[in-house]
Amino acid sequence: MSKIQVENLSVIFGKRVKEAQELQKEGKDKVEILNQTGCTVGVSNANLEIQEGEVFVVMGLSGSGKSTLLRCFNRLIDPTTGSVVVDGNDITKINEYDLREFRRKKMTMVFQHFGLLPHRTVSSNVAFGLEIQGIDEDTRIKKAYDVIKTVGLEGYEEKMTGQLSGGMQQRVGLARALATDPEILLMDEAFSALDPLIRTQMQEELIQLQEKVHKTILFITHDLDEALKLGDRIAIMKDGYIVQTGSPEEILTNPADDYVRAFVENVDRGGIITAGSVMFKNPTAVRIKQDGPRAALRKMSKAGVTSIPVIGENGKFLGFVKDNDMKEMEDKGMRDIEQYMYTKEEVTAVTTGMPVAEILPLFLDTDLNVAVVDENKKLIGVVVHSSVIAEMIGKQRSEVKQIREEGGIDL
Amino acid sequence: MIDIPLGEWVESFVDWLYNNASGFFNGITVTIDSMVTGLQSVLLFPNDYLMIVILAIIAYVMTSKGHKPFTKGAWKAGGGMFIFTILGLLLLHFMGYWQETMQTIALILVSALIALAIGIPVGVYASRNDAFDKIIRPVLDFMQTLPPFVYLIPAIIFFSVGNVPGVVATIVFSLPPAVRLTNLGIRNVQQDVVEASQAFGCTQRQLLFKVQIPLAKPTILAGVNQVIMLALSMVVIASMVGAGGLGQAVYKGILKADMALGFEAGVGIVILAIFLDRVTQSLGISKKQASDEE
Repeated sequence: MSKIQVENLSVIFGKRVKEAQELQKEGKDKVEILNQTGCTVGVSNANLEIQEGEVFVVMGLSGSGKSTLLRCFNRLIDPTTGSVVVDGNDITKINEYDLREFRRKKMTMVFQHFGLLPHRTVSSNVAFGLEIQGIDEDTRIKKAYDVIKTVGLEGYEEKMTGQLSGGMQQRVGLARALATDPEILLMDEAFSALDPLIRTQMQEELIQLQEKVHKTILFITHDLDEALKLGDRIAIMKDGYIVQTGSPEEILTNPADDYVRAFVENVDRGGIITAGSVMFKNPTAVRIKQDGPRAALRKMSKAGVTSIPVIGENGKFLGFVKDNDMKEMEDKGMRDIEQYMYTKEEVTAVTTGMPVAEILPLFLDTDLNVAVVDENKKLIGVVVHSSVIAEMIGKQRSEVKQIREEGGIDL
Repeated sequence: MIDIPLGEWVESFVDWLYNNASGFFNGITVTIDSMVTGLQSVLLFPNDYLMIVILAIIAYVMTSKGHKPFTKGAWKAGGGMFIFTILGLLLLHFMGYWQETMQTIALILVSALIALAIGIPVGVYASRNDAFDKIIRPVLDFMQTLPPFVYLIPAIIFFSVGNVPGVVATIVFSLPPAVRLTNLGIRNVQQDVVEASQAFGCTQRQLLFKVQIPLAKPTILAGVNQVIMLALSMVVIASMVGAGGLGQAVYKGILKADMALGFEAGVGIVILAIFLDRVTQSLGISKKQASDEE
């Protein structure tokens, strides 16, 4: 079962909530509802499932309702309808006491503007969560020092938070959230207030940290690059609706609508799109020992290619053969294609997880394609030059044609 | 023409209170009176010169707060007030107003203390309850704009003449800033800090005492300063209902058209005002803040 389940969650702010809900059911959008009832729709009918140990990113522009959605998880905002089920408990139904315990033990939060206590030292800020649980000072300060070390702030324990830079303050925020050993971490635009260099650094550190601590992290951002970098899965929000949920690759390769497409257009795709999604699956191949040059030529001409992979027992990938070599063999009356097969030295095989940015250089010195294999070296696909280039530039054929018409010189 | 006898209504209400709640008012009278006389005798207990030194040291410590004691920085910050306090109080001593001065300090401190004891909790409550905040606002406006002479009348009826009606009138007049600034201070605490504290599972009580009040402290202490200064500004008016001290000397000066008496006591009030203002202003400066600025 998933760690967190959000079902039909809606948040409507205002006085005439009932009417707004009716309009919502009729399918009216945010602006219409605001005009007719004066109610602001924060989140509309959100459904999510978040797995234990994953980094789930909710991405959207400001006003898309992402922060409101996040605040429903620990009920800083009470949802109008719907449920948030964490480990089988519906958070929206628990009483004040249980909610407090839940916030203290299970789920903590990191804020965009840090939300630190300026009148306290770093260690006392980090220990804050433990302090309000009534844990004695020695224990909590010791724990705070440990966590401060984890986030790389050793030596700053007794500084006042106001003396630290933004990046360091957010480390304090992160340490405070980790100090109570929660299972779930909510991060509300945690790195958005930092300058770009520090932000990149913090993102990398978060990834490293996550490898150590394995929390379930719910991360909010308006930055798609950040979402793609951090997220195991991403939900994209627009006007209170979740428009698409999926892995970074699914979102890039298969955007649900124009809104998402416009978003992903300018992203650096090379590092995210992998061989698995650009390859031709189940390619035609020739079998060593069984197929001769004639069979190879026939298969190539049928598939319209100039080279073809060679497989052995159990579909194991062995190499490539080219059509001109096969013609030569046929002319000479040779049978064994292995003699003209390109193997290890000239041919590369990759797994499905290889990003296209790293496949591109492999085409430099060869006109052969790249084979995609599974863990048993079984051939599962072929990556060709043009599809890698197409993915790297992220343009569609029609756009390419347009560039040619506008930018090319008439011959 | 319609004649609304508002004054008569208020009068009959005051009469009713006097007839039905005199025990309550007697209790207040006894309490306040004993506080004032008690504090007064404490202040008059040491030798005059010793008291001057004590007050000067208090002024020095408070105004040089945040600096390391006995350093150049500390002397720069607090030395002026130290010398001023000694010279000012010596002047009052040699003009023959020592007893009146101590009496005035006692009156102000008791009034301010009671005003703060009422005002700060009311301010805290107003900051957490919008409806109450809306109700209390016009009441505070009323308290501050109604000429103080007007509520001297019921004060005399309930508490007869002497220090007590003076203290009560002073409390009414000086209470509003305590409520207002406490309310403002807590409401102005950064929203994300409050939200963060709630996200970590603070109870309302923890939120108030660990987060809101500490962060609102500078504003609340500005309120304390305002309360004390307003209390001081009431000393002459309070003396009209029999409160003692420098205020009474000024009042006598007015009644007798005695320029010398009025001026001497007036200067005394100014000296006290400067002393109390500087000392209470530095309440708001935390040690850490001041050392950062060095």
